[in-house]
Amino acid sequence: MTRDSEIADRLRSYTSGGTVALRLSSQEYADNYLSALGLTVRDLGGESNAHTIYVSVTNPASLVWSLLQALDIPSGRLSFVDAISHLMMSFQNVLPNASYVESPTMLEGIMLRIEYLLRKHPNQRNMVIVDSVNSLAVHNSPEVLSEFFHILVNNLKTRAVLTVLFTTSDAEGSDLDRILSLVVDEAFSLGGGT
Amino acid sequence: MSGSRSVPTPSAEESPENRCVTGIEGLDNILGGGVPRGNMVLIAGGVGTGKTTLCLEYLVRGAEKNEKGLFISVTEASTKLLQNFATFEFFRPELVQHEMITIVDLPIIYDRLGLNREELKPGEVDILVRTIQDLVRESGARRVVIDSLTSVGFRVRSEEKARDFILKLGQAFSELGTTSLMVAEVGAVPGVHSLYGVEEAIVDGVVLLSNVRRRGDMLRVLQIIKMRGTVHSRAQYVIELTPIGMLLAPFLKGGRLETG
Repeated sequence: MTRDSEIADRLRSYTSGGTVALRLSSQEYADNYLSALGLTVRDLGGESNAHTIYVSVTNPASLVWSLLQALDIPSGRLSFVDAISHLMMSFQNVLPNASYVESPTMLEGIMLRIEYLLRKHPNQRNMVIVDSVNSLAVHNSPEVLSEFFHILVNNLKTRAVLTVLFTTSDAEGSDLDRILSLVVDEAFSLGGGT
Repeated sequence: MSGSRSVPTPSAEESPENRCVTGIEGLDNILGGGVPRGNMVLIAGGVGTGKTTLCLEYLVRGAEKNEKGLFISVTEASTKLLQNFATFEFFRPELVQHEMITIVDLPIIYDRLGLNREELKPGEVDILVRTIQDLVRESGARRVVIDSLTSVGFRVRSEEKARDFILKLGQAFSELGTTSLMVAEVGAVPGVHSLYGVEEAIVDGVVLLSNVRRRGDMLRVLQIIKMRGTVHSRAQYVIELTPIGMLLAPFLKGGRLETG
């Protein structure tokens, strides 16, 4: 059994909700990022009755979408909450399955779009992916970010939603470590140990 | 997301039968289960803060539970209102066709009553209250919206008459057992929630909708300023007007102290 399939099995075990962190090494970021997409959007999101809400803060949703298509990852049951395109003035390709938040500082807006999408898909097994914690930390203070994750993650847990937080391990500081330790049930380093 | 922050728990006296559940889940949560039945509530806020949408959803959710609603429009023609309402997924035109929601243009009522003067006399205020009371009775409404009280206030023209109008209207609604929302247009003056400043003292509840600026971002925020007959949250909540209805999330303070 490969490391990735072990992680996929662990993620599948969170049937009644939970929060996991997927740590991507900045040195092998591209490979790790593809693995993370495979483990989440392809493996879990591709299962029947699954719906994935992808919160895009690092790259515009259109970029992630094109990457998923290039990788032949089935993405029919996927919705985006894009919190970066407005800020990057990147609207060449507006996606019909994306909801745009004006700025990554509008954390309540992100919460509300997730809420909206959860209500639009009430009978599906929902998963929320946040890409990434580090990008949110660029735009928000540790205090407000702690508050945001505390509210978001606990709310999603009560609704049996699996939340996957992408983080870049080398860029984590003590503030991010503290936030993650507060909200994460389990953390996996892609290409490394738990 | 509104369930994430501590929410008041209703006491034994605050039984569900005594509550008018707005049907806006987040709002009901922070109200401890809904608006106490019979309350007259001011929905105060500036332009574009979601007052009319909140009121519409309140009527629609009521109609879905077989509670008839009456929307008294003062500023906008009902045809235009219906066009705007049609943009919301939660609104179904058949609720109007089947008279579960009745929309009335108050300017037409003014004309029919011959109340064409710019300023209403004290006796005419009584006529207006009685007419609204009749409309409620005829429509069988348990939920009433007046959009907006401010526009009626422009014709009343004095603090004294405004107080008289609201007191009489509140009494009439109370006799009919209706729970009503009164829209009030307010500017950006902190602590002022109505045209004359007397309205908020008379009504049973005040829900304030405002635009709050934070680091250049503009957030729509809802706060319950007062609500008689219930323990309620006084925190601020960010709202979003979505096609499926109003959603609320806690306003993140991030350790910042705020004044005012």
